[in-house]
Amino acid sequence: MRLDRGPMRASSDAAHPGFVLRDATAAAGIHFVHHRPTFDPKIAGVEPHVAAVGASVSVTDFDGDGWPDLYFTDSRFGEPNALYRNRGDGTFEDVAAAAGVANLNRPGEGVSMGGVWGDFDNDGREDLLVYRYGYLSLFRNVDGKHFQDVTEQAGLRRWMNSNGAIWLDYDRDGLLDLYVTAYFRSDIDLWHLTTTRIMHNSFEFATNGGKNALFHNLGGGKFEDVTDEAGVGSTRWTLAASSADFNGDGWPDIYLANDYGPEELYLNDHGRRFTLTTAGLESESKSGMSVTLGDAFNRGRLDAFVTNISERGYIFQNNNLRVNEMAGSHRFRNVAEGAIADAGWAWGAQFGDLNNDGANELFVANGFISANRNRSYWYAMSKIAGANGRLFEDAATWPAFGDASLSGYEPSRVYLNRGVAGWVDVAKKVGANDLYDGRAVALADLSNRGAVDVIVANQNQPAVLYRDFPDSANHWIAFKLIGTRSNRSAIGAEVLIEAGDLKQRRVIDGGSGFASQNDRRLHFGLGNHEWVDRAVIQWPSGTQQVIARPQIDQLITITEPER
Amino acid sequence: MADASRTTVAEGNALSRAWQRSSKIDPRYLIAFLITLVLVAAQLRYHMLGSYDRLVLALVVCTGTEAVLSWFDRGKFVNLLSAYISGISLTLLTKPQGGALWPFALGGFLAISSKYVLKYHENHLWNPTNFAISALLLAAPDKVSVLSHQFGNDVTTNLVIWIFGLIIAARVGVLHITLTYVLSFLILNGGRALALGQPLLPEIAPITGPMYQLFVFFMITDPRTVVRGRRRQIVVAILIAIMEMLIRFASDQGWPLPTAFNAAPAFLALAIVGPIAKWLDLRRLAARK
Repeated sequence: MRLDRGPMRASSDAAHPGFVLRDATAAAGIHFVHHRPTFDPKIAGVEPHVAAVGASVSVTDFDGDGWPDLYFTDSRFGEPNALYRNRGDGTFEDVAAAAGVANLNRPGEGVSMGGVWGDFDNDGREDLLVYRYGYLSLFRNVDGKHFQDVTEQAGLRRWMNSNGAIWLDYDRDGLLDLYVTAYFRSDIDLWHLTTTRIMHNSFEFATNGGKNALFHNLGGGKFEDVTDEAGVGSTRWTLAASSADFNGDGWPDIYLANDYGPEELYLNDHGRRFTLTTAGLESESKSGMSVTLGDAFNRGRLDAFVTNISERGYIFQNNNLRVNEMAGSHRFRNVAEGAIADAGWAWGAQFGDLNNDGANELFVANGFISANRNRSYWYAMSKIAGANGRLFEDAATWPAFGDASLSGYEPSRVYLNRGVAGWVDVAKKVGANDLYDGRAVALADLSNRGAVDVIVANQNQPAVLYRDFPDSANHWIAFKLIGTRSNRSAIGAEVLIEAGDLKQRRVIDGGSGFASQNDRRLHFGLGNHEWVDRAVIQWPSGTQQVIARPQIDQLITITEPER
Repeated sequence: MADASRTTVAEGNALSRAWQRSSKIDPRYLIAFLITLVLVAAQLRYHMLGSYDRLVLALVVCTGTEAVLSWFDRGKFVNLLSAYISGISLTLLTKPQGGALWPFALGGFLAISSKYVLKYHENHLWNPTNFAISALLLAAPDKVSVLSHQFGNDVTTNLVIWIFGLIIAARVGVLHITLTYVLSFLILNGGRALALGQPLLPEIAPITGPMYQLFVFFMITDPRTVVRGRRRQIVVAILIAIMEMLIRFASDQGWPLPTAFNAAPAFLALAIVGPIAKWLDLRRLAARK
């Protein structure tokens, strides 16, 4: 693979990955188990498929104590979501009920599919948007302990059948806006179906999904729907969205991973509207499950990793690692090959420097439905997938699932970044051995010790926390950004560090991967570099700030300059 | 009114003349035209190829292997149209893991060399593409899958290809094979669905997909590997459909078949029945001489 920068060298190899992951779920006091929803009996035959999402995890510091907390969603009526407060001693306590964000899975309201955190009112406290197969819910963080449901006042009470949402400040007015993806159409109530024609009208080019929505933050706690004016109302069964300034024009763009369809890139035209651009994404239509952004080859640009489906003998859609060449050729180039291309039925993924060597690893959650080990639905899937759209979209014509598995019992993948030598899966070697049906993956330094821990929300199964233990010889640096002219959460801010021959960019996400959100603080591994020449911060407001020679091996808090 | 009648008659004559003229065209050109049409439609509308390098590689390997082996085997270069058809079929039908290119090179070589190695009475027994894909699927299901694209599950595109396909099949004189197989597929798998108490539509749905279009227009009708005689061809088409139905029945029952059988029952059915039928036919013809 030819890159426009010299070959990136990585100090690790498969035999010596330079880190281990230890399952610390129980020790941390995290006992969250996700439950899948049940729906109208009319679609009982395909319910395992339709109900195979909803396990999510997002990271925030909701009480502002400096320790990242975790929010998990459940998806069955009566089952609570969990807000795990980080006690700072390696353990967590579930405070969701006391905070008022637990009992959100109720008949008539829908079931949770995920949550994203962002300080929409710039009061210094992280607020929460919960998206459901059902109504959206916006919770204002009142005092770092309690939340108030402000959905109605905000103008966000909308039935959306959503699998994802991201905060972004698309018009750079300093107020966080909201982009919500929709999977099933909004006129579908999965508990009271009037038709079974609810599925995709194509195996690869489906366009009959729900309509994504962009809500503009007007200030004063109110939002308005600007989807049509902005031109971002895709109906392509979007499963995940991520936002960053891909083409370097200073305005955040939106990247969509669409199930049963090609990815989409909406370029932001100065905050006025978005333009759907092909950028090379149209060349292959797959089943995008998640999209995560990261500087895969230390070029100082944000690349996109989109997960897809592979199953031996039946389908090799292959994951996409799209190198960002928007500044030159205005395209993304897919360079995924070998191990990284085929993870199985891949879901959430995140870039993170797990060994602190200065190059991003990739953690990928896998597996769709683990049921009867001796019965696979793939043969049945291969029959209905070939049907014309009218048959395919009717859930009643799908062969019944029964107790079959569909790409079940697949291990997570941990891809070690070896630079030009490629990526290699070291999951077993480093200790990521679970066979759960992984969905959401989030990364956070939960103990403030310079290591990127991995939290995985599994479908209908227990969540897992992997503590990361990187090579202690490697250095690191982390940044916590506080916006002033920009949104207070600094969502959309990018940091580029330069340390000798090491150059790497990261962005603060307002939602990333599948149904997940990473720690707001940006962590960089430095390998054996003992100093950082400079850190360049590009704030969403347009302000560029340069920090010369920041201290390493610590978290640095930076507030955006007023002018 | 009289003018209109004359125009209609004139148009009818023109069509008739065109139909007669087409009978003088080498059938391979018509088949090559059809598969090129499928390729272009698939790529322009659905970006079905994935990448052009795999197409170039498959074509180069197929035509190159054909040229070299024909020179060694027959002392002359043969017409490369057949290799061209194999190369395109292989590209459309093979979906490798991780965008690997080797399956196109190996598949192309297997397809063409099978014509020169697996022979009986100077005739090859397997349709080259069928042999290559079946071999790849059986040997390396971890690395290779068959076509997963479905032409957007779009009726219009499928109809265009079916119409062109049926016209060309009629012109080439193999329409009875195509129709027999399709009819047999519908009856046998409809019956299977009823017998097993399964919904009918998913069982007959695969026939509408592009994998089956390539199968019915390019594989089971391959002039070099079908048996001689219209009646025998019909019988063999039915036998292939029966074999496929049996494979599908086994898959329904969850019998431990190699993945290739579950993923591509039609290809495996042809790979089993086709060469046996051809071998018996060649033996019969040899005995008559």
